[in-house]
Amino acid sequence: MSITLAAQINSILAALILLTAFGLLVQRRIYGLLHLFAWQGLFLSISTGIVGYVAGVNHLYISSVLTLGLKVIVLPYILHILIIRMQIRKEVDTVVNIPTTMLIGIALVIFSYHLTAPIIELSTLVTKSTLAVALATVMLGLLMMITRRNAVTQIIGFLSMENGLFFAATSATYGMPLVVELGVALDILIAAFIFGIFFFQIRTTFDSLDVNSMAKLKEEE
Amino acid sequence: MISDITPFGTAFFSIILLLAAIVIAAFLNKYQKLLISVSFSITALSCLMASIAGIWGVGAGYVESTTISMGIPDLPFHLRLDPLSGFFLVVVGLLSFFVSVYSLGYVKGFIGHRSVTHLVIFYCLFITGMFLVILSDDALSFLISWELMAASSYFLVMFEDERVENRRAAFLYLVVAHVGAIAILLSFGILAGLTTGFKGFDGYTFDAMRQAEFPAGWATAAFLLAFFGFAAKAGVIPFHVWLPEAHPVAPSNVSALMSGVMLKTAIYGIVRVSFDLIGISNWWWGAIVLIFGLISAVLGVLYALMQHDLKRLLAYSSVENIGIILIGIGLAMIFTYFEMPQLAALSLLAGLYHTLNHAMFKGLLFMGAGAVLYATKERSMEEMGGLIHKMPWTAALFLVGCISISALPPFNGFVSEWLTFQAFLLSPSLQTPLLNLLIPLGAALLALAAALSAACFVMAFGVTFLGRWRGHHNSPPPFDSPLSKGGYRGVKGGNGGLEVDWYMRIGMIMAALACLILGILPTMTIGWMDALSEQLVGDKITITAGEFGWLWLTPIAHERASYSAPIVLIVVLAVVLLAYILLHIRKAAVHRAPLWDCGFEKVTNRMQYSAASFSMPIRRIFGFLFSIREDVRAVYPTGNPLFPKRLRYHLKVRDRFWGLFYKPVADASIWISRKVGKLQQGRIQMYLIYSFITIIVLLLFLR
Repeated sequence: MSITLAAQINSILAALILLTAFGLLVQRRIYGLLHLFAWQGLFLSISTGIVGYVAGVNHLYISSVLTLGLKVIVLPYILHILIIRMQIRKEVDTVVNIPTTMLIGIALVIFSYHLTAPIIELSTLVTKSTLAVALATVMLGLLMMITRRNAVTQIIGFLSMENGLFFAATSATYGMPLVVELGVALDILIAAFIFGIFFFQIRTTFDSLDVNSMAKLKEEE
Repeated sequence: MISDITPFGTAFFSIILLLAAIVIAAFLNKYQKLLISVSFSITALSCLMASIAGIWGVGAGYVESTTISMGIPDLPFHLRLDPLSGFFLVVVGLLSFFVSVYSLGYVKGFIGHRSVTHLVIFYCLFITGMFLVILSDDALSFLISWELMAASSYFLVMFEDERVENRRAAFLYLVVAHVGAIAILLSFGILAGLTTGFKGFDGYTFDAMRQAEFPAGWATAAFLLAFFGFAAKAGVIPFHVWLPEAHPVAPSNVSALMSGVMLKTAIYGIVRVSFDLIGISNWWWGAIVLIFGLISAVLGVLYALMQHDLKRLLAYSSVENIGIILIGIGLAMIFTYFEMPQLAALSLLAGLYHTLNHAMFKGLLFMGAGAVLYATKERSMEEMGGLIHKMPWTAALFLVGCISISALPPFNGFVSEWLTFQAFLLSPSLQTPLLNLLIPLGAALLALAAALSAACFVMAFGVTFLGRWRGHHNSPPPFDSPLSKGGYRGVKGGNGGLEVDWYMRIGMIMAALACLILGILPTMTIGWMDALSEQLVGDKITITAGEFGWLWLTPIAHERASYSAPIVLIVVLAVVLLAYILLHIRKAAVHRAPLWDCGFEKVTNRMQYSAASFSMPIRRIFGFLFSIREDVRAVYPTGNPLFPKRLRYHLKVRDRFWGLFYKPVADASIWISRKVGKLQQGRIQMYLIYSFITIIVLLLFLR
């Protein structure tokens, strides 16, 4: 596989990751969100593997497998169980309506391209063109956390942000050191458990998973 | 091995002993009585050791330092015992020893009301903190010990935390202490940074600072920050507001320590930073210290005169005495700058002597006030009176404290104030016109403060102990006052009625003896303190002071002034003896009879001279300094204005400083907090948007 081909494939995967990020923004159904998230993880995992192959960095294979295991299988499974246990059937509530969110998202993508332009010029890596996508994914994840009300969708937004960061690390520097990645993976796993507990807590306290109810916790003047 | 015992080792061991007392206290939680006896005995022992170490260290002019690898890696703690720290070790250790003995009795009064475990623990931590502040030889360990001291004293002030005033006072104290600590931190930051030229962290030791030369501007900034930081802790006007709030509400043994010695650690800080670390490089530094000292001395005693809460009065009087100490130190700075080492040594020693004296007599007075509070459960003087019959020991010891603080011979207060006066009077004409104006004015103001302070303590002693019980209840507790129900430990019935137990008495007796000894042996004390002035200003005054032997104290020149305390003591004793003989040799000389009431039949105890009436003339003269609300209202039950049934008199004297400086700041910070509080919506999305916008803006502008 030639380097150009690998770069091409990587770009396609980057595009797909961006697409799933937008998908997460517009998806109204909770299961749909979960599937999209799993897909994003899959694309990320493949992309990491390819980058590892092209650059000859062996530890990226481990990262790739880790991503596949965690973000495609374990985390969606945990969230799936949570959704079943909590009987969330409702469609996803949004704060801002979806077309507006889309427009903001597009603006963010353009912004990230603008932002990374000088870095892309300087970089010599195969993956340099995907850095903008990675940054955009981070921002879209944050945007998703802002515009959604349900706690589960916020967690998915958070995890997608993490995907973006991971992608940025691979595309900017061929990945972080393995120790760091292992640490991050562990963090994510533990975060998922903590979130699970947190969900149950806010549901028992407020009878809903709507994070807006937490405004009640604020001290009244 | 005896030969291995050094002053430093003794001091260090005393700190370890204090830490041991804390651990023991934690284990004895269930046995409160045993806890009090064991912990305070250990504390007393360790304080005694520390003061021995100090006396020994100063006397030998001894310096020893060590490094303990604790705290942050690569920044070990440095400890050092030199004459200056040795002297303050004596100040802290000696009074803490007396107060610990006193506490053996005093703290037992809390048994049955509340657990004293945390009082004991924080008390030990508090003393540990003070010892460590004095022994620290680098900025890091100094600040850590400083905070240890501040935090533990906060919990001590909070001890009776169910009352709103206690919580409020403790909070105010903590705020002022921290503002001061920030200033000190910044000052050390400047010094440490300049020492290494803002490279690396090696400049944090005091040794490095001592050797460095500082540019004038930075040195001034560091000095001013340090002075104001320490002034906040010392209670110099206008930073004194926490003092009259915190001292009355703390348990009395704690207020004795806070007022007696904690304020002195701030004096230590000022002396250490200005003389030792920075070095005096401007004459007006001394002028600033002198001016603040004068303001504190005069206003402090005037405020003290207006109080009718005994402990509040003592707190304001501490402000005055801190002022007197600062006057000595300020003069020393001025004389050091103008290269008059002998005068500098005289005024510095006067200031430091007063530091030691104030620790002794203010500790004694607070212990006395504590004994009164313990026995009567009453803080207002207007509700006391005639206690000399019920508590003869306390009254006599309190009187010793009053005489000392009023600067009357033969007690110690006289010596140090007299030395301060000598420093004023002996000062030659200086090149600076402002100082030539300031120094005579300062002498006059000091004289005013001394006189007012005597008036103040005549009032304090007279209203509390003399006359008759003037409370609303007809007789003092524990006879028929509802306040007395619930039992007082250590209060014995019968003759002498309310007298406190022997532990408390011994604590006070030792402090009173210290006042007397420091008063009648000033020449020896000054000889002992010479190592200090030699270390700091490079000259000593023993040669002149002791020129005529131990009997006569002659600072600088004997033809100008000299004082012999032992002779004064002998004369005083002779006069007292003569008076006693004249009055008591004949049986008929003294006889008691009912009070003649000028034919007005219903004379009650409420009609006595009170604290408010005593301070009335001074309130009239200096009224503009206070915000006074006074109203007299007559009650006419019959409706006829010619026959009022009774008069009601309300008097409220407040400190103007609160309204002038503190209220605007407090209001502004609450206003800003309200506005900032609007940012806090309690909604996750809003918080996310804040960080999102921050990220975008940062990326946009800093890329």
